[in-house]
Amino acid sequence: MLLLTCPYCGVEADETELSPGGEAHLKRFGPGASDEDFEAYLFLRDNPKGVHLERWRHANGCGKWFLAARCTSTLEVFGTYPAQTTRPPEDVLEAIRAKRPGWEMPA
Amino acid sequence: MSDIATALGGARSQGSSSVSEAPMQGMITLRGNLADPALVAAVTGLTGAAMPSTRQITQGEGGSLGWMSPDELLILVPHQGVTDAVRDLSATLKDQHALVCNVSDARAVFTLSGPTAREVLAKLCPVDLAPGQFEAGELRRTRVAQVAAAFWVDAQGDFTLICFRSVAQYVFNLLTEAALPGGEVGVFA
Ligand SMILES: [Zn+2]
Repeated sequence: MLLLTCPYCGVEADETELSPGGEAHLKRFGPGASDEDFEAYLFLRDNPKGVHLERWRHANGCGKWFLAARCTSTLEVFGTYPAQTTRPPEDVLEAIRAKRPGWEMPA
Repeated sequence: MSDIATALGGARSQGSSSVSEAPMQGMITLRGNLADPALVAAVTGLTGAAMPSTRQITQGEGGSLGWMSPDELLILVPHQGVTDAVRDLSATLKDQHALVCNVSDARAVFTLSGPTAREVLAKLCPVDLAPGQFEAGELRRTRVAQVAAAFWVDAQGDFTLICFRSVAQYVFNLLTEAALPGGEVGVFA
């Protein structure tokens, strides 16, 4: 069972209260972008075994989108944080590096 | 004037706890900047309730205020006063990025009371309902089996639960079945 703490309402929410939203921190490529960038933005996703930065929505709760850092193979959660950011906050990055030395933020 | 009817006509069931559909309740959804002084003054003035903090519900002479999300309040007022309340709030907040909506008819309200009320809800919701973990003053939005709902408990241990009107029968049946005699778990006893 996956438990993620919603950074907006503070509830430690069971996975069944949440909706998954896929990979976080995507950079949008729109009109004027190259075909390759647009394709990558629309369709190409990382699928790591290990640390993953993800979007989740507290759908059966406060309704807000937030971001989470967790390990896809152990379900360990390193932290959750608000969605209004382009990279994880420093304390989340530190929590990841402490458990997964050498981990780098995906480009 | 048309007669106003609740979803289930005041349905009631009695098991290890009782489930009853509440009479029509005035309910307003307010979205906006909950830190804005004019907004705070308007809603606290309307209800007499203090501004709720995160996940809290507060009560006053004229109604209740429930924290639904960082930019959403649930305002409970008597049903006969809801139209005036929406008009007054809308006028007060007309220069703000805010929305005031009468959602009374979109919802159903149930009261759950009895010695097994906590465990009846605990069977249906992914929420820690142990005494001390969930107490009066907190409002919890969650799911009840397959549908969204919100509930709170009063000082007497009676729960009030709100859900969408379209799923009222489903929620009534869930609560009734979870409270059937013989199904007591005693986990919080
Ligand atoms: Zn939340």
